[in-house]
Amino acid sequence: MATTIGIWIAAGLTLFIYSFLYKDNPFYKFAEHLYVGITAGYWLIYTWAYTIQPMLLDPIIKNKEFILIIPAFFGIIMLTRWFPSISWLSRWSIAFTVGIGAGLGVTGSIQGFILPQMKSTILPLTGFNFATFNNLLIVFGVITTLVYFYFSKEHRGVLGKGAKIGMTFIMIAFGASFGYTVMARISLLIGRIYFLIFDWLGSIF
Amino acid sequence: MKIFEKLAHIDRRFIYILIAIVVIVPLLLKPKLPIIPTKPVKDIYEYVENLPEGSNVLISIDYDAASMPEQQPFLEALLRQCFRNKIKPVMIVQWQLGAPLGTQGLEKIARECNAVYGVDYINLGYRPGYVAQMVGLGREIRDYFSMDYRNVSVDSFPIMKNIHNYNDFALLVGLEAGSTYLAWVEYAGGRFKQKIALALNAVSAPDAYYFYQSKQIIGLVGGMKGAAEYEVLENKADLAVAGMASQSYSHILIILFIIFGNIAYFVEKNRKKKEGGK
Amino acid sequence: MLKSKNIPLAITFIVGLIMIVSFFIPHRPFGDIETISLKWYSIIAGFTMLLGVDSLLGLHFRKIKRREETWIHSIVLIAGFVLVVIAGVWGTVQYGSAFDERSFFTYIYNYFIVPLQATMFSLLAFFVASAAYRAFRARNVDAALLLITAVIVMLGRVPVGELISPYLPRFTDWIMEVPQMAAKRGIGLGIYLGALGVSIRIILGIERSYLS
Repeated sequence: MATTIGIWIAAGLTLFIYSFLYKDNPFYKFAEHLYVGITAGYWLIYTWAYTIQPMLLDPIIKNKEFILIIPAFFGIIMLTRWFPSISWLSRWSIAFTVGIGAGLGVTGSIQGFILPQMKSTILPLTGFNFATFNNLLIVFGVITTLVYFYFSKEHRGVLGKGAKIGMTFIMIAFGASFGYTVMARISLLIGRIYFLIFDWLGSIF
Repeated sequence: MKIFEKLAHIDRRFIYILIAIVVIVPLLLKPKLPIIPTKPVKDIYEYVENLPEGSNVLISIDYDAASMPEQQPFLEALLRQCFRNKIKPVMIVQWQLGAPLGTQGLEKIARECNAVYGVDYINLGYRPGYVAQMVGLGREIRDYFSMDYRNVSVDSFPIMKNIHNYNDFALLVGLEAGSTYLAWVEYAGGRFKQKIALALNAVSAPDAYYFYQSKQIIGLVGGMKGAAEYEVLENKADLAVAGMASQSYSHILIILFIIFGNIAYFVEKNRKKKEGGK
Repeated sequence: MLKSKNIPLAITFIVGLIMIVSFFIPHRPFGDIETISLKWYSIIAGFTMLLGVDSLLGLHFRKIKRREETWIHSIVLIAGFVLVVIAGVWGTVQYGSAFDERSFFTYIYNYFIVPLQATMFSLLAFFVASAAYRAFRARNVDAALLLITAVIVMLGRVPVGELISPYLPRFTDWIMEVPQMAAKRGIGLGIYLGALGVSIRIILGIERSYLS
């Protein structure tokens, strides 16, 4: 019974959102605001259940890990942003999190992306076969794309020609991305229509 | 030529109706279309197929309901393959709004395959701060996941007895809807040399081909089509395969829209040019 | 002195430096400090969620107070928020965890959040179709190349492409694995080199915009 009511609620909310396709209306606005409010509540419960309780309260109370009072302090002073007179305290928490992110980012970006990607661009260009043609295209494509985004010098002469070729590769990449984006959006629509036909209408007929 | 003028300014709601029809009708008629698995998808399938019995696979749920039709079918196909080969999935979550989807998929397939929680699989739930977690998992998983998703100590489950860090996972499979996969490749792959397979939503999939070419990931499943290929490999057609007909005809319709739109544009342009010439 | 930016800049520098040093020296004490710092980061990151929630609720409470144009909808938002929080607390009390499959909290997720979120994003399918007809024009060679590539990929990536020609999916694979990949790699390298530069500037205190 609860499942049936739930399916009808889900179908109703789905149709409320789709009513926007005809024109903006109170049903759509109701569904939109309900979504935002429910999601915010969901985040709050999650924060309590998976951060504050297991990572802070339980270790402090059950395992006497009192050192965790320090991150608790940093977390609480993050919330001083609500009070203009003491909002400067929140900078300390932000500085900590940004520092961690920046520090990890320096080593992560070099080891995890820059070096492996550069290494994989150094490809064999000998031999007269399709693999060599592909390798040449990859090397050429990477270099000319980087040239296109080099704005410290005016795009004239060799640099200009390189940038133009890079633009061609970029257009191919964006075309492929557009094709995949269309695929993604249609997939989402298929998912909802599948629910409406087989789960909702299927429960009636 | 006036017809092109009219077509160029057609009400967009007519376009919406056409798209809806082209999605609904194939779902009802269910035409059979060939789905040929591509190499990036086959590579993941064969890798998992060749894992020894008892291997642990870390599955990261990094998507939410917005990507459910693309990721959920792949998750279920992967889990069926894991349980069939007696491989043990360990689920973690980086996107809170996806956690129940991961849980539901895992429990559904576990019931289907008679898998026992805590012995054959486990769900560790969500923790915030994904970058810190990805680096921290290189040392000890219990630093972040000392409890499972129901707040029960992980040490009370046999599956977790010999699981401490990435060394104890044969594979990490990230089901991705955003850019979390970049961090997996950077930290888990780059720093700890963890073998990674990615299932990306179709919006992000083109951006991960360079990881596949550089062998930073062992394979790549892109969107609902990739999920359909995996279902075909696993011999269990489900939502993804069912959706391929609608996907195909919608793409053809959108291509026709692009062609007609451009024809109308060029006809209009030529007409204005001629009128301007007069 | 406490209010000045020097303390946060020092925190950023010290913490950033520890992260970099512990990468090269994972042994004690740096490895342990790194582990502790990462755990603390996760805890603090959890608190940032509360900021977002408060900001959202504050905005809508003000709308209701001032009886602004869509204040009725703001009541819906806050009612939804309160409903979920109550459901979460009740689920925790009843089952030990709000995320138990039997809880009303999970019910709200399955029959409210999932359809709302999934449907919101599925609207984009209609807008993409409309844009394809009304806006995507091959105004020049580059735009034409983009559209042609999009058409080839859209056909090659669906089963119907296999029916049109067996070479179409193969050609699509080639586009994805060679020219498309090369351009994306170039773009990615540019982004990561830029991010590397910004990270170093942040650690050294040259970039301070995050403190404002």
